[in-house]
Amino acid sequence: MNIAGQPVSPAPLKTALGAGASHTGVHYWWLQRLTAIALIPLSLWFLFFASALVGIDYAGVLALIANPIHALLLICLTICLYWHGAIGLQVITEDYIHSRPLEMMLKVGIRLGAAVGCLACVMAILSVWLGATLHG
Amino acid sequence: MAQFKLPRTSRIKTGHHYPASPQARSVRRFKIYRWNPDVDSNPHLDTFDVDISGCNMVLDVLLKVKDEIDSTFALRRSCREGVCGSCAMNINGENGLACITELSRLKPGDVSIYPLPHMPVVKDLVVDMTHFYAQYASVEPWLQTTSMPGNGERLQSPEDRAKLDGLYECILCACCTTSCPSWWWNGDRFLGPAALLQAYRWLADSRDEATGKRLDGLNDAFKLYRCHAILNGTNVCPKGLNPAKAIAEIKGMILRRSL
Repeated sequence: MNIAGQPVSPAPLKTALGAGASHTGVHYWWLQRLTAIALIPLSLWFLFFASALVGIDYAGVLALIANPIHALLLICLTICLYWHGAIGLQVITEDYIHSRPLEMMLKVGIRLGAAVGCLACVMAILSVWLGATLHG
Repeated sequence: MAQFKLPRTSRIKTGHHYPASPQARSVRRFKIYRWNPDVDSNPHLDTFDVDISGCNMVLDVLLKVKDEIDSTFALRRSCREGVCGSCAMNINGENGLACITELSRLKPGDVSIYPLPHMPVVKDLVVDMTHFYAQYASVEPWLQTTSMPGNGERLQSPEDRAKLDGLYECILCACCTTSCPSWWWNGDRFLGPAALLQAYRWLADSRDEATGKRLDGLNDAFKLYRCHAILNGTNVCPKGLNPAKAIAEIKGMILRRSL
């Protein structure tokens, strides 16, 4: 309110400037592209790898995953997939969710969920590889 | 959430029909968005059957409507030759300048005329450009230096001057910015193609010394990186400029200094 009791809105420039730049834009933009490029060869390899799993028994699958090259590539694929997916979901949230508290909660939730999911997958791959290495 | 339905008071109703006079030689139907804040609760779509003989451009028809059919019809126009950017509007679903949009190049049939999308309407086709101009001002579109010019002038080679071609010609008509869904949804935080094209115009200027500060101000998920390069802005620019390319150049500059 001003002295005459009239509502006063902020100057248009104040609204346009907002809280300024977060200086984090390029980080996620670059990581999204980097993981996308990495996923091209990793996905092609995974198709090849998955086709080799067709028709073999459980022990055979474990033996294939326990191959250190395969385990390493699977871990790379998992990390890239979760990272790329999390950034993608974050971008969708920023585009479509216009309630600031909800947007912030979702972005934190997406990161935590992706981190836990990714770690669980990596643990599973490592357990197969380590199991075979230690006992085999 | 993103709005997929217009607010109740923005839904467009059917308006009046103004038939052409029996003497009319060449009639074309124009459906024009109308809203008068003094008398209307909702906007409506008026239908004008206009004798377009003697009209070449869409603006000619709109002025004929205002001069001969309904003088309360409000629109902005000034130069009538694509230089001032005043008559930007949505013609048959695509943003453009009415003064340089030829009737003969429109698809056959009725012509729909709306204000620039997702802008607060003042009256009929007149929209409130305040926030659009404020976003332009926020990129500080002027030469910034700390060093003194050596010989009284800040000289620029013809090659460096050529780098500003395709950037300085922007007339701030807002056709690009108001055609961008990212700006519709996040216009409060995303600067939009017009302001970003002008931000790059100063980043590309060999005489400007505020490059670092300018890039700092744009390195933000919303201010710059809401652009997903769908090229709506580039497609509709009546001056043939390429804001998407300018935005890609800015992203490249920010990336190169951080790698």
